[in-house]
Amino acid sequence: MKLRVRRLLVVVCVPVAMFTACGGDDDVASSATAAAPASGSAPAGDITVFAAASLTDAFTELGTAFESENPDASVEFNFGASSALREQILAGAPADVFGSANTSNMDQVVDGGAAGDPKAFVTNLLEIAVPAGNEAGVTGLDDFANPDLLVGLCADEVPCGEFGREALASAGVTPSIDTNEPDVRSLLTKIEAGDLDAGIVYVTDVMAAGDTVEGVEIPADENVVATYPIAALTDAANAEVADAFVVFVLSDEGQEILQSYGFDAP
Amino acid sequence: MARRAGARRAGQQRTPWLILPLAAVAVAYVAVPFVALLQRAPWSDLGGLLGRSIVIDALRLSITTAFAATGLAMLLGIPLAWVLARTRFPGRSLARALVTLPMVLPPVVGGAALLFAFGRRGLLGGPAYDATGFLLPFSIWGVVAANTFVAMPFLVLTVEAGLRAADPRYEDAAATLGASQSMIFRRITVPHAGPSIIAGAVLCWARALGEFGATVTFAGNLQGRTQTMPLAVFLALESDRDAAIALSLVLIALSLAVILPLRDRWLTV
Repeated sequence: MKLRVRRLLVVVCVPVAMFTACGGDDDVASSATAAAPASGSAPAGDITVFAAASLTDAFTELGTAFESENPDASVEFNFGASSALREQILAGAPADVFGSANTSNMDQVVDGGAAGDPKAFVTNLLEIAVPAGNEAGVTGLDDFANPDLLVGLCADEVPCGEFGREALASAGVTPSIDTNEPDVRSLLTKIEAGDLDAGIVYVTDVMAAGDTVEGVEIPADENVVATYPIAALTDAANAEVADAFVVFVLSDEGQEILQSYGFDAP
Repeated sequence: MARRAGARRAGQQRTPWLILPLAAVAVAYVAVPFVALLQRAPWSDLGGLLGRSIVIDALRLSITTAFAATGLAMLLGIPLAWVLARTRFPGRSLARALVTLPMVLPPVVGGAALLFAFGRRGLLGGPAYDATGFLLPFSIWGVVAANTFVAMPFLVLTVEAGLRAADPRYEDAAATLGASQSMIFRRITVPHAGPSIIAGAVLCWARALGEFGATVTFAGNLQGRTQTMPLAVFLALESDRDAAIALSLVLIALSLAVILPLRDRWLTV
């Protein structure tokens, strides 16, 4: 129940842009690796990180860990579909760092001159999410062709939708879809609530959802590996903190946090 | 009546010096974004963009569901407005606040609440689904439900204001002449509140036409079934900005077309 409420908060907060009000109850294992960097002054100031919706939980914890290591820096997040974030960045939104769920959105940001040198920081796999109990008895991608089931994908326009369709195509399945959700979190909310029988999300989403959702594995030959790139943006108001955040994401400590949420090393 | 006389008097006064510039800024503040949108519009491709099946499906669905939601809102909302305007009961303020809530809440919250109430495992939706197999989400009825939830307050508040401004002595007179309560409601109350009912219905329709958050959260997004214009605009913004702007122009034109004819006095009776 607590999880469901939090999931609802995520869905509610992200579109309304109340980023700081969300996910405040994460029990962060405050790491004791506060070895201050020896090089000159510690990064100071505020940054805003635009990150894919699938990074919501992992980056929230990562941000807290970053802040506890850099007491003078603070990080705010704007989580959403990578494609929506891309548009916002290209339209001049005040962002310092962009973490995308696929390379094409990052490439467009780079092509638009808004970011320099993106680095792959994690990979993610797809998994079928079903409500706890799997009442519909979903066993694989074939079930997405069953018109009697209520199944959802992410919309075409967002990475999880693009990857999900890729997986269905490589499995040779023509799906009978009931909804194309604007981002992966809203798809997951409908699965958690039991309103959908199945949806294709990321492995990390199934893990984050805890007891409310079960995962049905997608075999490796039908699965799609999503590579997540991150970059500090050229117009970052605070380049120093932005760079420090990217370095932290790529560091052992950052990777450890990310992997605890189910992401793989690139 | 007194109000109209007051308005005339105000019109004859000299306008205080600060009022006009501030009012002009207010208009400009709303107008400039729309001008910017027009300036970005792909005028030469407009025909082709608007002829796509995704646009036609979304437009048809939006208009149909906005009418259905307005009908439902009138059926339920006019009686409610009458109760709020003409009766006194404990909790009336609470009832009005509750009914107004969808107007001020983020619609996504409303959509999530609708899901927990009428979803497949919802408070009411669960038992209904188990008994009949009927499901609101992912259907056109889900869109109508979300639209009604968000748009009905506009009708209720407008009609309530209209009823309060109407002179209750006509109803009293009809009652002393032996008219039944339902006859008074149909023959006196509703005609007197007519302008406010029209105004409320128009506002309700326009709000329903633009509904996004509750619809996508509760009803989902599928072309031809639940993808209304605002949903199509939202997704097109991420993939095809020209198409998104073209869709927005249609929404703006439709909304202006219904709001523009509203007379001042209909909104202020």
